[in-house]
Amino acid sequence: MSGVPTLSGEVEISVRSIAAARSGEEGPLLLVLHDVQREFGYVDPQWLPLVADELNLSRAEVHGVVSFYHDFRDKPPGTVTVRVCRAEACQSVGAHALAEHAQSRLGIGFGETTDNGSATLEQVFCFGNCAFGPTVEVGGMLYGRVDNERFDALVEGATS
Amino acid sequence: MTTTIYVPRDSAARSVGADEVADRIEMAAQEAGQDVRVIRNGSRGMLWLEPLVEVVTERGRIGYGPVTPGDVTSLVEAGLFDGADNDLALGVVDQIEWLRDQQRVTFARVGVIDPLSLDDYEAHGGGVGLRRALSMSREDVVTEVTDSGLRGRGGAGFPAGIKWRTVLNAGGPDDVKYVCCNADEGDSGTFADRMLMEGDPFTLIEGMLITAYAVNATKGYIYVRSEYPDAVATLNSAIEILYAHGWLGESVLGSGQAFELSVRVGAGAYICGEETSMLDSLEGKRGQVRAKPPIPALKGLFGKPTVVNNVLTLGSVPAVMADSAAAYAAYGFDRSLGTQVFQLAGNIARGGIVERAFGITLGELVIGYGGGTRSGRPIRAIQVGGPLGAYLPVDQLNLPMGYESFADAGAMIGHGGVVVFDDSVDMAQQARFAMEFCAEESCGKCTPCRVGSTRGVEVIDKIIAGTDRADNFVLLEDLCEVMTDGSLCAMGGLTPMPVRSAVKYFAEDFNRPVDDGSTEVHP
Repeated sequence: MSGVPTLSGEVEISVRSIAAARSGEEGPLLLVLHDVQREFGYVDPQWLPLVADELNLSRAEVHGVVSFYHDFRDKPPGTVTVRVCRAEACQSVGAHALAEHAQSRLGIGFGETTDNGSATLEQVFCFGNCAFGPTVEVGGMLYGRVDNERFDALVEGATS
Repeated sequence: MTTTIYVPRDSAARSVGADEVADRIEMAAQEAGQDVRVIRNGSRGMLWLEPLVEVVTERGRIGYGPVTPGDVTSLVEAGLFDGADNDLALGVVDQIEWLRDQQRVTFARVGVIDPLSLDDYEAHGGGVGLRRALSMSREDVVTEVTDSGLRGRGGAGFPAGIKWRTVLNAGGPDDVKYVCCNADEGDSGTFADRMLMEGDPFTLIEGMLITAYAVNATKGYIYVRSEYPDAVATLNSAIEILYAHGWLGESVLGSGQAFELSVRVGAGAYICGEETSMLDSLEGKRGQVRAKPPIPALKGLFGKPTVVNNVLTLGSVPAVMADSAAAYAAYGFDRSLGTQVFQLAGNIARGGIVERAFGITLGELVIGYGGGTRSGRPIRAIQVGGPLGAYLPVDQLNLPMGYESFADAGAMIGHGGVVVFDDSVDMAQQARFAMEFCAEESCGKCTPCRVGSTRGVEVIDKIIAGTDRADNFVLLEDLCEVMTDGSLCAMGGLTPMPVRSAVKYFAEDFNRPVDDGSTEVHP
């Protein structure tokens, strides 16, 4: 797999060793992809042949899995990831309006990262915090009963 | 003397400041020179009182809530460490009416114990069910669970004991068998799985151990959704502790039964809550639904006989085995036996966990426990059973909570989630969202679900826009019929349920006058 042009040797060794470390597990592909994303923040499409090679899978199989699941990103995320719940229980207490506000406050749509790389905005369908909606996760921490002002304060605090 | 104080570690409590409250209590204790031990328990389920601080006194555990970080200093000055009375004091927590009248069976220990203290767990009855099961034959354990009437709490309601018997009798002597816990609780309005995993993980694992023994399975996985990082962390710690104490491993509590258990984390696909899709995901594949037969009990994970049960089903098993099938079956009514862990969510004044026997009415839950809407406006619609459940109007509040009673009303009890909407809701938009969500989350394997959901959004948009309303209502009903009857799994098969119920009970929202002057109405 050394023919991949912009892949640094260091990254290749790292991705391969992450995959190899899980190869003894039953059905290891999801474990490996989670591990890679935890290490690098995303799963670069260039790394998929390496994972396929280590796990003895076809590149198509690996691509199929990566592209099936919402969690895996193909680009590095912003410094802070902001995730807004858009499911029914949060809708009943204003999640639609908060989702609109979140996009205009950050100036990006869901699935996008701000130009300065400070924040990535994502939508989620249910954090299991359904009695405290609207729910938002900022930098891995969950917040309940978030209104527009609270959202601004949380984002301000996390990105400044 | 050490004062023991409980501050929940449950992620719902943390989402409203429990971590900071705990930190400030420890700081205040240090400043006051008080010997205080803060235990991070699960949540009692009275979420509207979170963060709920409990102080152990001679009178019992005295509660204070909701406590904001800013309240801590004044609470301590007013004698928090002695359990003194003040504005936030709730008295003895067990005696709070909302909690006192519940029938906590599956959730008996949640919020009471330190979730990761095995001593605490055993002091509160943990392990009794497993030890009793291990002293019985496998067949007798299966019979006991069958007799208890326990049905799948994930929504489908299949009798647990019958599934187990199939697995017990399946495969050859050398076949590996699996127990897989479906903890991919993706339905909005449901959070009981999460609260059990965070608040009493040993109960879930004990349920899996009993299952493993009953069907002679030696391997297990808990498939947890990635949206629940706290649950994943708590389960991993619990598993480590149980390996160290001989509950997991080569010989469960010295019984000779081997059981290896680990946690697998999903990756944001709602469909993986469907059992066959979850199995494919566990195998490291796309989470696509499998055609049945073969059923997972015969050909499940890696083609081996597999028990797949939901968190609450497995979490109820220790109580069934500890207290007997008859004791469990004494709860409930008709063919809905035992208790259900109802979750009050959405626009509700007193949200949280209500564990009661089946048969309690929707109104008792939403009005009695829930206290109506959080917004103070009238209730307009209640969605029971998650995104695939029906939207019910307030004239259905007398409906008893049960599998058959809900099915007869064109609804489903699902996972016991109850989401309340006030009169500001636009039910045409909710119906549209049901289709949109299905389009987004469909695994794509079968056409009625994959294509039908997208067409459904388009048809509802036309109805909302006032385009050929009468014809499009007919088309929508046709589409719902095809999806219901033609989909491979419940995702496409049940998406019509919220849509049809919205049309049936809230037709006026689809028939609003539009700007083009159209005044057509749905016949």
